[in-house]
Amino acid sequence: MTIIEETAVPSPREGDGGPLLEVRDLHVEFHTREGVVRAVNGVNYNVHAGETLAVLGESGSGKSVTAQAIMGILDMPPAKIPQGEILFRGEDMLKMSGEDRRKIRGRRIAMIFQDALSSLNPVLSVGYQLGEMFRVHQGLSKKDAKAKAIELMDRVKIPAAAARVNDYPHQFSGGMRQRIMIAMALALEPDLIIADEPTTALDVTVQAQVMDLLAELQREYNMGLILITHDLGVVADVADKIAVMYAGRIVERAPIHELYKRPAHPYTRGLLDSIPRLDQKGQELYAIKGLPPNLLHVPTGCAFNPRCPKAQDICRTDVPDLFPVTERDGGELPGRASACHFWKETIHG
Amino acid sequence: MGRYVARRLLQMIPVFIGTTLLIFLMVYALPGDPVRGLFGDKAGSPQVIAALRHEYGLDQPILVQYWNYMKDMILHGDFGTQIASGRPVTEVLGDAFPVTMRLASLAFAIEVVLGIALGVVAGLRAGRLTDNVVLLITLLFISVPVFVLGFIAKLVFAEQLGWMDPNVNDSTDYGQLLMPAIVLATASLAYVTRLTRTSIAENRRADYIRTAIAKGLPKSRVVGVHLMRNSMIPVITYLGTDIGALMGGAVVTEGLFNIQGVGGTIYESLVRREGTTLVGLVTILVLIYLLANLLVDLLYAVLDPRIRYA
Repeated sequence: MTIIEETAVPSPREGDGGPLLEVRDLHVEFHTREGVVRAVNGVNYNVHAGETLAVLGESGSGKSVTAQAIMGILDMPPAKIPQGEILFRGEDMLKMSGEDRRKIRGRRIAMIFQDALSSLNPVLSVGYQLGEMFRVHQGLSKKDAKAKAIELMDRVKIPAAAARVNDYPHQFSGGMRQRIMIAMALALEPDLIIADEPTTALDVTVQAQVMDLLAELQREYNMGLILITHDLGVVADVADKIAVMYAGRIVERAPIHELYKRPAHPYTRGLLDSIPRLDQKGQELYAIKGLPPNLLHVPTGCAFNPRCPKAQDICRTDVPDLFPVTERDGGELPGRASACHFWKETIHG
Repeated sequence: MGRYVARRLLQMIPVFIGTTLLIFLMVYALPGDPVRGLFGDKAGSPQVIAALRHEYGLDQPILVQYWNYMKDMILHGDFGTQIASGRPVTEVLGDAFPVTMRLASLAFAIEVVLGIALGVVAGLRAGRLTDNVVLLITLLFISVPVFVLGFIAKLVFAEQLGWMDPNVNDSTDYGQLLMPAIVLATASLAYVTRLTRTSIAENRRADYIRTAIAKGLPKSRVVGVHLMRNSMIPVITYLGTDIGALMGGAVVTEGLFNIQGVGGTIYESLVRREGTTLVGLVTILVLIYLLANLLVDLLYAVLDPRIRYA
């Protein structure tokens, strides 16, 4: 327990009290022909320097849309942010000019995407794409930028970097390509990195290597990291805290090991139960019944109620708040919250 | 790469033989005779006609004629003699080609600059008003035949507004060639615009564009470097084949504006059944077309490093 506390609350960067990034009551909607899709409905989370926040959710849970809203790379229209704040070092980025936001992108907040092959420009050499960061943001010459690119490729442990700097993305393996994506995000030593399913497209062995590299570099530069994933296995070793999203809302928030030990939301419990385990070999694997909701027609009340084994009448009528979660005796559980009417029953049995 | 070029050049040989033979045979199949044509309405004496026919080798079987013609062309660069004027065909070509080249290159420049610019603007605003207006106008340009458009242009700008001469008097004056070039370029321009627009609209949503934006690159760089580089690949293919089409399309436009270029010469040769002149002209057009295509294919590798030639 004490160990968890230590990793859960790392010291923020010196001389800087508040969180690096704070998302407050963020709403994102998409206006489509079929109607308004509310992809994000009042999401709150924060990340401190040196801290890793894992955002977990199925496709359509709004985890990536939230990240894109933070980066400012949503296509608007059709996307719209009707409400909310995204504070970066205390300043609301949604109120900034386009040019100011552009200067933050890549330099202060960088993003790593899921599929490195399609996310890298197929017709430009990796050296060019890496060097571009220095040329645009720091005004370096082409030659100096290329030298920096080689340095970066060395940092992310790409063998024979100097020889490969002029190669194109398709000439690299999947793991190496993702390393190049990471190098690109790291280029200007940003304060915050958002990694959107950085290992989903990779083999399991390569996944671990890439995750380790990311965690190592994060520690080294004391960066904040938002790790978006649908895979509970990926986050266990690297994240400090976790936010579970469902249908555009955060349904549970907890320090990472707490969540694994005692989930306080039936959805989280379902996710944990559906991880294959060696000691259950031969038994049928648990699956959460039903499908994620269509965001055009989100169920009334708690969005999870049609799939929830514990759903009662109140779940079908009232949207649960994100309640603070406490011990059975009322003792505080810092950083824990659950958006379930029956969180007590869920966590304490 | 070298092997690829060599192979492509070798492939040109059968194409070259095929096209020239086909044209030779088609001209032969047409009724009429270039030698009789020399005498106009009068009936020339059979001896003179026979002598002339013998001189030009027209009394020999068609395949022998073709063989002799190709032999002279390839071995001596001799394209034969224009029967009507008695001038060597090479000389006729030397007069006509620069004119058409000027007209076609002006049209090509208009098509490239305007077509790509309009296409990029429309593609970036796909689905919105600008895009729809561009799509409608280009559809109109594609639907209206060149000769109709040419007549309208002449009628409005030459006859009514008096901004230009109805005919081109000096084919070295690009100012005079401008209107014919615009007329010649319109259909291709519309295709280039649409092709660019589709390509841009599609690639604009690509993951690597999202990455480029997330890198904090200015919009000019996102569009100018990352988007353009990928979107130009299909457009360049079209432009390559269009070089040939522009030269061929000039036949109608040149006739309309009375320009003495390849088009006019081809028309004349056809009317007079001058097989040798016609084949010479078309051979050069075919060669230009083939070389332009090869150039485009090689340009592919420059634009898209994923393409490798072996």
